[in-house]
Amino acid sequence: MVRPCQTRRSMAASCGAWCSVAVFALGVVAFGADTFTTGSSDVIITEIDKQIREAWTDNDVVPSPVADDHEWLRRVYLDILGRVPSLEEVEEFATSKDKAKRTKVIDKLLDDPLYVRNFTTVWTNLCIGQQTPRRVSRAGMQKFFREAFGKNRPWSDIVSDLVTAEGHYEENGAVNFLLAQMQDQDDGVQMTAKTTRLFLGMQVQCTQCHNHPFNDWKQDQFWQYNSFFRQTGKVDHRKFNPKTGRMEDDYSEIVERGFSGPVYFEKRNGLMQVAYPIYEGQEVDPGDSTDRRKELAKLMVTGEKPMIAMSMVNRTWAHFFGYGFTRPIDDLGPHNPATHPALLDFLAREFVKSGYDCKQLIRWIANSEAYNLTSRGTKKNERDNPAAGETALFSHTYVKPMTAEQLYDSLIVATNAHKSGRSGWEQSEKQRQEWLQQFVRTFGTDDGEESNSFDGTIPQALMMMNGELVRDAVSVKAGSHLGDVLAGKGNEMQKIQRLYMTALGRQPTRPEMGAAQKYLKSARDPLAVYQDLFWALLNSNEFIFNH
Amino acid sequence: MQLSTPSGMSRRHFMRHLAAGAATLPALDFIAHVQANAAELKKRNKSCILMWMSGGPPTIDIWDLKPGSKNGGEFQPIATKGDLQISEHMPKTAMVMDNLSVVRAMSTREADHGRGRYYMHTAYVPNPTVIHPAFGSVVSYELGTKRKDLEIPAFVSIGGGGSSPGFMGMSHAPFLVDNSGSIRNASMGDLGEDRLHQRLNMLGVVEDNFINSQRGESGQAHKDIYQKAVNLMTSKQMAAFKVNDEKKEILDMYSPAPAAPGAMGGMGGGNQFGKSLLMARRLVEAGVPFVEVDFGGWDLHANVFQTLKTQRLPALDAGIAGLTADLKQRGMLEDTVLVWMGEFARTPRINQDVGRDHWAASWSVMIGGGGLKGGVAVGETDKDGTSVSSSKSYQPGDIWATVAHALGIPLDTVHTSKRGRPMKIANGGTAIPELIG
Repeated sequence: MVRPCQTRRSMAASCGAWCSVAVFALGVVAFGADTFTTGSSDVIITEIDKQIREAWTDNDVVPSPVADDHEWLRRVYLDILGRVPSLEEVEEFATSKDKAKRTKVIDKLLDDPLYVRNFTTVWTNLCIGQQTPRRVSRAGMQKFFREAFGKNRPWSDIVSDLVTAEGHYEENGAVNFLLAQMQDQDDGVQMTAKTTRLFLGMQVQCTQCHNHPFNDWKQDQFWQYNSFFRQTGKVDHRKFNPKTGRMEDDYSEIVERGFSGPVYFEKRNGLMQVAYPIYEGQEVDPGDSTDRRKELAKLMVTGEKPMIAMSMVNRTWAHFFGYGFTRPIDDLGPHNPATHPALLDFLAREFVKSGYDCKQLIRWIANSEAYNLTSRGTKKNERDNPAAGETALFSHTYVKPMTAEQLYDSLIVATNAHKSGRSGWEQSEKQRQEWLQQFVRTFGTDDGEESNSFDGTIPQALMMMNGELVRDAVSVKAGSHLGDVLAGKGNEMQKIQRLYMTALGRQPTRPEMGAAQKYLKSARDPLAVYQDLFWALLNSNEFIFNH
Repeated sequence: MQLSTPSGMSRRHFMRHLAAGAATLPALDFIAHVQANAAELKKRNKSCILMWMSGGPPTIDIWDLKPGSKNGGEFQPIATKGDLQISEHMPKTAMVMDNLSVVRAMSTREADHGRGRYYMHTAYVPNPTVIHPAFGSVVSYELGTKRKDLEIPAFVSIGGGGSSPGFMGMSHAPFLVDNSGSIRNASMGDLGEDRLHQRLNMLGVVEDNFINSQRGESGQAHKDIYQKAVNLMTSKQMAAFKVNDEKKEILDMYSPAPAAPGAMGGMGGGNQFGKSLLMARRLVEAGVPFVEVDFGGWDLHANVFQTLKTQRLPALDAGIAGLTADLKQRGMLEDTVLVWMGEFARTPRINQDVGRDHWAASWSVMIGGGGLKGGVAVGETDKDGTSVSSSKSYQPGDIWATVAHALGIPLDTVHTSKRGRPMKIANGGTAIPELIG
């Protein structure tokens, strides 16, 4: 491959920060003449880089430079841990001269309990929604994912557990995925639609009623999938409360119920049809001795690159880049070709070979050249603008809005609440859930759809400007971060720098420093200036975006 | 953001027009003239209230009954003041139907909630490479930006899940509120104006740095939204949200009779819909050009008739009738378009759970006010309600084109997507001749 000369990196060009008083040098990433590396050496990462570069060449775009350490560190913390790095973490990374420090940070973050928490949040939201449906245990679902990600269980095992789960919704938290799809008595329609879409990247929901309009999926296929779920039953237990003298909701559970033979469905012309449990041409015995969900789970992980691997690779890629290889990311159907089909295929095969190792998949992606580029675009990659509907080429990273959870957890870091240990995990989780609920609305429809108003609109701006979290953050209560910074050592300039580092993970630019000093000079109440500066930093576009 | 200038009257054109007039008038007369014109213009502010029936309402039981058919269900039609019949459980609405019309020949393909919601709101089917604006965002862009006195958002959504402004940009996103009248976090507490000023100045420094860093449009969009949020925090027009300030007898106009106790229960039932509509009227009075009111609970796969009779229809009936009458008594009905729709409707066939499932092939949308013809049924379905039997069927684009016509937005308006693709307003739909006649 001819390597375009423009890919030579210039660190200086990407460092807009003003570093004249910097106590640390910008980290130098180990790269040779023109080959980028985070310090990791893995043939799979090399192959990712090669394929991404080929698409740059084919599309005549030139990649942006490598992100400076500050920019990259903030991004990788938000993506892996779900929060911004603390002031200490920024300083430690920036001062390190280790040439392999990027790859080491990735490994460190993947071993951090917050990695487990972050991906538990992501997958709990995907599986049961942000607002817990009736008769579903959010705590149970979280517990399942905490164990799954904590032990780095193979993704195939995780999905298999979710699909085959039975039992009490707290004892076996995996059942909550299916319980959340059993809000209506709908013969497993929702279970079928959600399972195929979420884990297989197949949108078959419209084939419930008719053949797929854009590909050759037939209506029977939906009902064939559906027939795997028809042995799933739910029991909602109730118990007597002696205090109130009333029966109250107790736990729910998933039980196996007898079902054999075909399912029946109606064609558009009114004719009744039958469908048997068939997955990608593989038929299982429809008799009553078959555990259909177990059979489905086995079939889902058969092959060199089953859909479950393709789908997870695409989702994980999108988690880090903001865009996957398809749009939407959960539609990998034949009518919706991928932007980098060979790369998607390759990663899916390698993911399977790795034993469905989720951490390994993240390592490959986070160590890739593309993930390490700056989010600043250049004239020569202007066309790479997926926000405008163009194909994502990953020639620079894309600005992503923080999720509500990322914002909450980042503000907690900025207020120091994580260190004061003022409340236990359960208590803090409860506060977090309550706060998150203000943004969620459900549509009240059978598919359990919900919308999140945490999307850059006015209510979010008002929450940031006047809400309790930011009010706490700019208070100078004992033990607050702002209080610590102001009471700590250092002159005015150093204090301003530390606030910038806390909120934005970077040094102030020269004009920014000048503006802050000007305010301090003319202020009767310097404390108010620091408070207002910190307020401004937390309210800024640069803070709320993951870039 | 690339947006073409709409072909309607531009502000510059308007100013030039005024300046030309000024030459022929003495100064004082000119000022009086301008003020009078401004008052008149304000009074003639056109608006639209969208009543959004989240979940997909069974229009066969509301607007287009099929007595005598196996699909007819339990309800009977009744006569109205208009030239059409509607459900017996909509008696109050029947009395104002001379102002409202029903398009009975909708045929819209999309029977999935998400896709149907998108299609009905935008007039475009979902497409992976472009996000189309909901029509409320289009109106915000076309009319909201021209109302310089308007300090609150031009597209307010009450109780709804929200829709995307698409390529119109976040400034035209719906402002989501509930019908309590309180806007969360809108108060700065005891922070003085000086401090707010200082904060916003410091914010400007950081924001501009990011905006100028070649990272796309989101940085600027963030700044624009903050400007809107500050306007809102400091505006007297916020009083429009305070629906509880309204007199009880006005709220009662929008409420089902207390004699129907069943009507008070259920999701969003009782008086919630009426209260939301009352807030919508207040917002329209304040100059907001597009208000969406969400009324959910229509995904009636089971027990459809009982739920309609005791919960959904009493509230719906009182709400529509109350809003129509209230707008009329204020002389606002001629300038306020009312649209009632869901993402689709429900199967004519009654299922084994006495429910109706998703159905987009043949259904009804209600539309009225805004100078449109009332009391008309446009198009028809066959005797069992399973297909459109009139010669023409309608798409959401036709509904929104009719609304655009009523609002005075030219139908040859074309917007440009971020990718430079031209997008006709209302997807090139046609204003329905029977309604604009």
